[in-house]
Amino acid sequence: MMAVPKLVIRGLGKTYRTDRGEVVALAGVDLEVGENEFVALVGTSGCGKSTLLSIVAGLENLDDGTVGIDDEPITAPGLDRGVVFQSYTLLPWLTAEGNVAFALAAAGRTSSEAREVAREQLALVGLDGFEDAYPNELSGGMKQRVAIARALSYRPRMLLMDEPFGALDALTRHHMQELLTRIWERHRLTVLFITHDVEEAVYLSDRVAVMSNRPGRIKTVVPIDLPRPRRYELLSTPEFQRLHRTVLDSIREESIQVAQLGRALEG
Amino acid sequence: MFLPSPGQVVQRLSELAGRGHLVNDTLISIYRISVGFLISTAFALPIGVMIGCYRHWEAAIEPLVDFIRYMPVVAFIPLTIFWAGTGDAQKFLIIWIGTFFQQVLLIMDNVKSVPRDFVNLGRTLEMSEAKILIRIVLPSAMPAIWDSMRISLGWAWTWLVVAELVAATSGLGYRITTAQRFFQTDTIFGYLLLLGVLGLTTDQAMKLAHRRLFRYLRVR
Repeated sequence: MMAVPKLVIRGLGKTYRTDRGEVVALAGVDLEVGENEFVALVGTSGCGKSTLLSIVAGLENLDDGTVGIDDEPITAPGLDRGVVFQSYTLLPWLTAEGNVAFALAAAGRTSSEAREVAREQLALVGLDGFEDAYPNELSGGMKQRVAIARALSYRPRMLLMDEPFGALDALTRHHMQELLTRIWERHRLTVLFITHDVEEAVYLSDRVAVMSNRPGRIKTVVPIDLPRPRRYELLSTPEFQRLHRTVLDSIREESIQVAQLGRALEG
Repeated sequence: MFLPSPGQVVQRLSELAGRGHLVNDTLISIYRISVGFLISTAFALPIGVMIGCYRHWEAAIEPLVDFIRYMPVVAFIPLTIFWAGTGDAQKFLIIWIGTFFQQVLLIMDNVKSVPRDFVNLGRTLEMSEAKILIRIVLPSAMPAIWDSMRISLGWAWTWLVVAELVAATSGLGYRITTAQRFFQTDTIFGYLLLLGVLGLTTDQAMKLAHRRLFRYLRVR
């Protein structure tokens, strides 16, 4: 099912040097994301999944292994990768349209072109009518929609999403998941999506990669062969439940390990 | 005698106003604080931003700033008189010594509190460091920097009056010193009230400007 690998991660390792010694965040991570494939990366908190995304984004250096897009090694951040951060990163002094146009201007578009594309992109995420709103006037979900519109606007080769819905309330999160699925099913793009929400991962993805505890590596990859287009009713189907269970069990093993380790250290 | 009645104070102030002293003293002091404060800010802004952005500059400059910051400003007054006489230049110098070093640290903190992911956003958009600084970091820190300016302007008033009290031939502080020689406590009280009003006015003006300039922070 994975025709052409877009993103290839081989033997990725990352070690942080802190005051209390070295922390191995990632060790021997192997992962491939195919062209126009949606892959979610799940794991317990602190397993290094966000570090992995930062490295793919080019925001952090790697210590071992290789990371490449279309066979070109990643050495720095670039416009070929659109990033949606977990924290709200809309610039507060710019309107919704201004924020999208800001990225387009950085990508070299003229200002009239940038404005036009920004409006189209905002309509794509259902924010027509909110072009002139400042981030302070928008809800958390709307802010992340603008952030998604911004990251898609300059046509990156792949989209990197770092727990983009992590700060939203449950209801808004569900809306956002439906919205993202709709957009993705219509426009198809290579996506690497970080989350600790198993349901979200299974609902959105073609494959779910489960990360082990620190040092993080890919423990298992679960193909999600659920039909598309996906709608929210899918969640109550037995197939969804089964896949949800499979991923959850795999993560639970990791959390139990953490808990046991914690007890051993205490005792 | 040492505690004048409100009536005496008002009478004294209107007398001084009639002779033109009140306006002249106020204008000369406003001129001094404007120039002194602007010079100080013009130096503090680039340096504060630079050490807020770059760790090695912070390591190089911050300890020096902290060191000088703890030297009492009033103790510089004799030196500044040797260096710059008793004219306006010496007032500018005292205001500069009193506010510049504080401003640098305030601005440094303002710049440091720009969210890390704002900078990361700029990097993912392949913006150069200079562009990230000008298009993201500065506008992001500006509301906080403006507030730091407002606070340091209050200190600048203090240093100006101190400088005028010690050695001057004009200005609000000078009038207070002269009044002391003649036991004119009504003048002193009047001028203290005037200084309070001036401080309050500039502070409110800065706050109003903040609301206008950074309207986007308040819309809801």
